[in-house]
Amino acid sequence: MASEAKKVITDPLFNNNPIAFQILGVCSALAVTSKLETSLMMSLALTAVLVCSNAAISLIRNHIPSSIRIIVQMTIIASLVIIVDQMLKAFAYELSKQLSVFVGLIITNCIVLGRAEAYAMKNSVGLSFLDGLGNGLGYSLILIIVGTIRELFGSGTLLGYTVFPLVTEGGWFYPVGIMLLPPSAFFIIGLFIWWLRSWKTEQVEQTEYRIHVVHRTEVI
Amino acid sequence: MEGYLSLFVRSVFAENLALAFFLGMCTFLAVSKKIETALGLGVAVIVVQGITVPTNNLIFQFLLKDGALAWAGLPGVNLSFLGLISYIGVIAAMVQILEMALDRFFPALYNALGIFLPLITVNCAILGGTLFMVERDYVFGESVVYGLGTGVGWSLAIIALAGIREKLKYSDVPVGLQGLGITFIIVGLMALGFMAFSGI
Repeated sequence: MASEAKKVITDPLFNNNPIAFQILGVCSALAVTSKLETSLMMSLALTAVLVCSNAAISLIRNHIPSSIRIIVQMTIIASLVIIVDQMLKAFAYELSKQLSVFVGLIITNCIVLGRAEAYAMKNSVGLSFLDGLGNGLGYSLILIIVGTIRELFGSGTLLGYTVFPLVTEGGWFYPVGIMLLPPSAFFIIGLFIWWLRSWKTEQVEQTEYRIHVVHRTEVI
Repeated sequence: MEGYLSLFVRSVFAENLALAFFLGMCTFLAVSKKIETALGLGVAVIVVQGITVPTNNLIFQFLLKDGALAWAGLPGVNLSFLGLISYIGVIAAMVQILEMALDRFFPALYNALGIFLPLITVNCAILGGTLFMVERDYVFGESVVYGLGTGVGWSLAIIALAGIREKLKYSDVPVGLQGLGITFIIVGLMALGFMAFSGI
């Protein structure tokens, strides 16, 4: 039981990462990562929703008729997101302005519905809770890596504190402008996937066509 | 009139939901292997987006907005916190109705769209379009144009990506980067290209 619980938490970090391997929840992951602060807040919000929705859905999994399960799941998730959204507006108004519509979009974040459907509907409350936590951490890992790289190289700061003093303020660091632009998030995640798959080679996708050198004599 | 035209062009190119705001990325990356399926999904998104954004606009204007219930004699009521749950309900219901209507009246189109229609309910581009419409407080006419524009923009992006990926099958990509990795980098390059439109 203990090893099962450990596996459920650690697997989504590298072996079965929701973003890098399952292609879930990419949508809202990219737009909020230009600063570490917003990335952290988004990770926190998503993990909270994911843990609560997994636990709640697992709790009533034997009472949900399968024909309307999607609607029931959506209603639970939407209610949780509304709570998170209102809390953010009450206690961190500035951050909630910066996150703009992306907190609301947690509803349609495929990780939440995907884990509810694939895991919480079939497993006990405790394990579903841990599964939510594990997948939330896997998501947060990517967001924090991307957020750190983008803020550090894009504006020379981390969480608003100066790390590399900028040239414009008498320092030595020329900010890399592209890091602040949205496309850089794609490059960073693409390279991260490359690194992850060089390490865990079983994740590499097979190509449809094999490319090999053709000698001229073979063609003739 | 000019305002509507510029809103349309802006929502198709400069504020493309897929490439500037990264909405609907899950479907965008997963269903872009073939041009045909991308085209089917694109048409479905245009239709659903063109219907749900104006509908949600009406719901927001006449039911949820601060003081919107004045016509019912309740001027002090602000139901905007119910927004998220009503929009997703409208989207799910609209997709369901559309599915039944297409099945009844246009069976050919229904068969062509197949599995993509129900998938659209959880496509963040649809909910994202509605949320941006609410955040920017568009009037009804603007919301029609914005809904259609964002739908067209999203379809354009996924069809372009599918075209690139069809060619990419024949190229020699480093082992670890095959599949998902290279797709991310391509989308990044496409997003850079679309940024050139932001001056319009």
